[in-house]
Amino acid sequence: MKELDLATLVAVFQEMLGWTFWPLVALAALATLAFLRVLLRDRSLIPQRLVWAEALGVMGGVVAVLVMFTVTSSGFADLGGPIDWLLVLAIFGFGTVGTALGLYAALGLFRRRVA
Amino acid sequence: MPVSPDILRAALGRRGLLLGAGALAGVGAVARAPQAAVATSARIIVIGAGAAGLATASRLAMGLSGASITMLDKRREHHYQPGYTLVAAGLKSPDYVLSSTREWVARGVNWVEEAAAEIDPVGKTVTTDAGQRLPYDFLVVATGLTLDYGAIEGMDVSRIGQNGLGSVYAGPAQAAATWRAMSDFADKGGQGVFLRPATEMKCAGAPLKYAFLTDDYLRRRGNRGRAELTYNAQNRVLFSVPIVAERVRMLYAERNIRVTHDHVLRKIDLDRRIATFRTPQGDAEQAYDFINVIPPMRAPEVVRNSPLPWQTGPWAADGWAEVDRHTLRHVRFPEVFCVGDVAGVPKGKTAASVKWQVPVAVDHLIATIQGRESAERYNGYTSCPLITRVGRAMLVEFDYNDNLVPSFPGVIAPLEELWISWIMKEVGLKPTYLAMLRGRA
Repeated sequence: MKELDLATLVAVFQEMLGWTFWPLVALAALATLAFLRVLLRDRSLIPQRLVWAEALGVMGGVVAVLVMFTVTSSGFADLGGPIDWLLVLAIFGFGTVGTALGLYAALGLFRRRVA
Repeated sequence: MPVSPDILRAALGRRGLLLGAGALAGVGAVARAPQAAVATSARIIVIGAGAAGLATASRLAMGLSGASITMLDKRREHHYQPGYTLVAAGLKSPDYVLSSTREWVARGVNWVEEAAAEIDPVGKTVTTDAGQRLPYDFLVVATGLTLDYGAIEGMDVSRIGQNGLGSVYAGPAQAAATWRAMSDFADKGGQGVFLRPATEMKCAGAPLKYAFLTDDYLRRRGNRGRAELTYNAQNRVLFSVPIVAERVRMLYAERNIRVTHDHVLRKIDLDRRIATFRTPQGDAEQAYDFINVIPPMRAPEVVRNSPLPWQTGPWAADGWAEVDRHTLRHVRFPEVFCVGDVAGVPKGKTAASVKWQVPVAVDHLIATIQGRESAERYNGYTSCPLITRVGRAMLVEFDYNDNLVPSFPGVIAPLEELWISWIMKEVGLKPTYLAMLRGRA
C-alpha cells in the first residue's frame, strides 16, 4: 500500500538479502542480547575489553564502507555532495558500532579472564 | 542518512521504488493494520505478467477472497527491465535481470500460459491465441508495449553488438551485446551517436544515461579526446520536464556531448555504419562507430486492434489505451483498467510509475466491487535515477505537471549528481521492484 510500514521494509530487505535476511536479523539480535548480558553481568564496561572492541570496530567500519563501494562499483571519487559524505559516515558508524558491540560481547563471553 | 520518519513515509509510501534506499536508513517504521479481504465471486482477467501485471495480480489476490483471478501471458521469463542499463554498462550480467515468471505469481492467481489475442470489452471477453474464450467481470490490461524495430529501415535486431550497433532495450542478451559494442568503442574512439524515438517510450531517461555512460568509459580509458558524441533529440528539448532538460543540457555541454534537435532515426545502414535522421530540413546522415538505437514504441497489437485505444489526440496513432489519467480506469469501459506502459497517460512508462499506478487501479477496482468510491489518485509520478557516470546519478522525480516531486526534499537534491542516488539505483531499486511484484511494496 501507499504507506511506509514494517512489513514493507521487511519485504524489501528480504528481497535484498534473500535467505540470509532472517539469520542476519537473528545474529544482530543475539549480539545485542549478548552485549546486554555481559554488561549486566559485569555491571560496568571493562576498559581493556572496550579498547580492543573499539579498535577492531573501527576496522569493521572501514570494511563496511569498502564493501559498499565494491558492491556498488563506486569509490570515494564518486562522493558528490554533503549527503554522500553523511551516508559514508553512517555506513562507517553502523559498521563500527556493530563490530564493536559484537566483539565486546564475544570477548566478554568467551575470553572473560583475558579481556 | 538522517531522514525524518515523516519524509520517509511520504517518500516510501507514494514514491515507492526508492523504498529500498529508504529502508537502508533503518528508520523506525509505522505498523500497518491488515485489511480484511473483500469476498467476491468476480471474474478478473489480468493481461500481461510484466511488472504491472504481476503486481496487480498479487494485490488483487491479497485484497479479494473468492475471486477468480486469471493472468494471461505466454512468456515464462520475467525481465527486470530497470536493470538493462546496468547490464549495458558492463556492471551486471544478463542473469541480473532474469527470473522466471512462475516465482512471482501469487497464490490464488491462475496463470494461463497463453497470450491474449483479442479483447472484446463490449462482450467482456478475452480470447487467447490458443482459442480459449474467457469471460470477465473486470479486466486489467497490463500488456506492456511493443518495440517497433521494423519501423527503422535497415535495422536488424540480430546484429546488435556487431559493427558498432547497440540497442539497450531489446532484451538482456542485447543489452550485454550493446555493452561489448560500447566497450569496444570506448577503446578506440570515433563517432558515437545517440537518439530517442518520436513516440512515447519507456524510461525516457535511458537514452540520455547511455550517452553519459559512454562518455564516462571513454574518459576512464583515456580516449575521450578521440571521440565525438552526438545526442539526437526527437524534438526541441532533451527531456519532457523543462528543469531537467536544462540541467541535462548543461551537463552535456560540460561533457562535450553535442546535441542536435528534431532528429528522428528513420533508416540505418548497418554495413556502412550510417544513420539517417528525419529532420525538418529533410534527411540528415550521420556516420557512426557506435550507435545506441532506441526504436519507436507502440501499444501491442492486441490492444491496438481492440476498442481500447484513444480515438483521437496524441496517443491515438500508437494505440495507447484511453484511460483516466488519475484512476487508470478506461474512459469508455469502466470495468477495464490499463496500467503500466500501455496506459495512454502523459508520463509514467517506468517501474516507479507502476509502483504507484497499481495500488490506485486495484483500489478503484475493489471499490467498485464493494459499491464504494475510491479516493485514490495517481498524479503522474515517475522516477528516473538519471545516471551521469558510473558511481553517480541524479534522482529525478516528477509528476504530470512537470513538477519535481523529490522523495527526500532538502536531503537529496534532485538535480545534483550524487553517489547516494547511484546507491539507490544499484542497491535499492531491484529489491523494491521485486517486493512490488509480490504486492508487498
